[in-house]
Amino acid sequence: MLIEKIKERFGTDILMVDSVRDEATAVVSRERALEVLRTLRDEPGFSFNFLSDLTAVDWLERTPRFDVVYHLRSLTHGHQLRVKIGVEASEPWVNSVSGLWKAADWLERECYDMFGIRFEGHPDLRRILLYDTFTGHPLRKDYPYNRRQPIVEEVDPVTHPRSPSQ
Amino acid sequence: MALPARWSQKLEASDPTDEIMEIQMGPSHPASHGTIKFNLKLDGERIVDCDVEVGYLHRGFEKMCEQGTWTQCFPYTDRLNYASPCINNVGFALAVERLLGIEAPERCQYIRVVMSEIARIADHLTCLGMAAGELGAQSVMFFMLEAREMLYDLFEAATGARLTVSWCRVGGISRDLPEDFRERLNSAFKHLDALLLDCDKLLTRNRLFIDRMAGIGVMSADEAISYGLSGPLLRAAGVSYDVRKASPYLIYDRMEFEVPTGERGDNYDRFEVRFREMREARKIAEQAMKQMPHGPIAVADQRVTLPPKERVYNSIEGLMNHFKLIMEGIKVPAGEVYQAVEGANGELGFYVVSDGSGRPYRVRVRPPCFLGMGALNKMLIGHMVPDIIATFGMINMIGGECDR
Repeated sequence: MLIEKIKERFGTDILMVDSVRDEATAVVSRERALEVLRTLRDEPGFSFNFLSDLTAVDWLERTPRFDVVYHLRSLTHGHQLRVKIGVEASEPWVNSVSGLWKAADWLERECYDMFGIRFEGHPDLRRILLYDTFTGHPLRKDYPYNRRQPIVEEVDPVTHPRSPSQ
Repeated sequence: MALPARWSQKLEASDPTDEIMEIQMGPSHPASHGTIKFNLKLDGERIVDCDVEVGYLHRGFEKMCEQGTWTQCFPYTDRLNYASPCINNVGFALAVERLLGIEAPERCQYIRVVMSEIARIADHLTCLGMAAGELGAQSVMFFMLEAREMLYDLFEAATGARLTVSWCRVGGISRDLPEDFRERLNSAFKHLDALLLDCDKLLTRNRLFIDRMAGIGVMSADEAISYGLSGPLLRAAGVSYDVRKASPYLIYDRMEFEVPTGERGDNYDRFEVRFREMREARKIAEQAMKQMPHGPIAVADQRVTLPPKERVYNSIEGLMNHFKLIMEGIKVPAGEVYQAVEGANGELGFYVVSDGSGRPYRVRVRPPCFLGMGALNKMLIGHMVPDIIATFGMINMIGGECDR
């Protein structure tokens, strides 16, 4: 049902749409993604007003390497949808949806922190779980789990205050 | 960690002889419940801007899950929301079972529901008890922690551990409930009722409590939905969204329970919603105990469940079965699934991707309190420093779930 409505409404914007184990998944191109997601949020037949989750999967050997995965839920209609965008390793960026759902603010920061995928248009894209001098993006498959990090130089907070306005 | 770009702007204090004070309410603070840093800009006592820094308890849960087998992820899931570990176990087990296309037997599902609801009550007791204690209501804190001790005794009886239970398995649970569990549950709940009644009398119409909590940290329903809040934070704003009703799992569709909601979306409503949810969880646990059938506690599929020890030690097939399941892990067919359960903090989602081997390819946890912390900035601006304690307490940030 949802699959048919999506196919009918978006046509060629959706590269693939499928329903496995009662879960609908749609694959969108990066260029059309922001428009498609905006329509999914705003149109009354869809009303995906709740962004459940925003994350990425690193398919190391595959082209495109990354999948940015959005899990959407409609609190009014009750249906759920997974939207995926394929992202190349050479150009790891997608458009930010923090203007559509405020939940994306922190979720995109975490995705950037862990995978190194940039979200264009995000108001404040910086690391969130790891410290800012961390090198690398740990959830990528080419980052070994037991890699050690360089020691962070100690900085005197009195002579070098962290906050730029002090 | 880096501060946001807007931090370098000079802001004007309301008193022209004064200036904005920048202060860090550091990761270890006696009144904040968890390792969180608040970078604050204060105009006197009023918060002008607040940058919330999380990540002090980041342990690489998602990376470590990829290193072991499917069953080896269960101890990691315990340590997510460590106030209600059974719910995390159940969520992950359900996700993997959906990928496998199997369903746990009836009795196992009922037991999972009972333990999840007890875990939910324990989590709410922790949250409300610590929040009340931080506001000065020490007696309430001790009453709730006493009630929680009895629930921990139940956990210990059923799983062997008070906190890090590692009790679910793919396709079932590791052990059945003890013979006297029903009596222990009933007596624990009777004692819980008496304690909750006392706490209700002490707080619900208490002038001091209402002054500290009502009207503070308000989130309207639309904002809460946009910020991805769920659970008590969303229900306090009036949106009746509960994963157990919206996408029922296990045997929740056979249980009769209500979903309490608030009206104003402030801290007082969040307190009330959690308080009433404890009573509803108690109802569910009692119904499930009554309806629980006899039967196996794990699916009888040798690709998934470990064979009984008699078979392992007395037949070569049993030995090989055990060996393959332990060393290589359960072979889960390739695919992906998103399984949401109702955690104590809201929609706890597990997005699990398998590549067909015995090791997970990607395990993603959708952490409800992480999104709650993302909304904290909005809730605090304009309020005063003591309101941070109240609001942060009501979000129930559990470090293990927020930072993973």
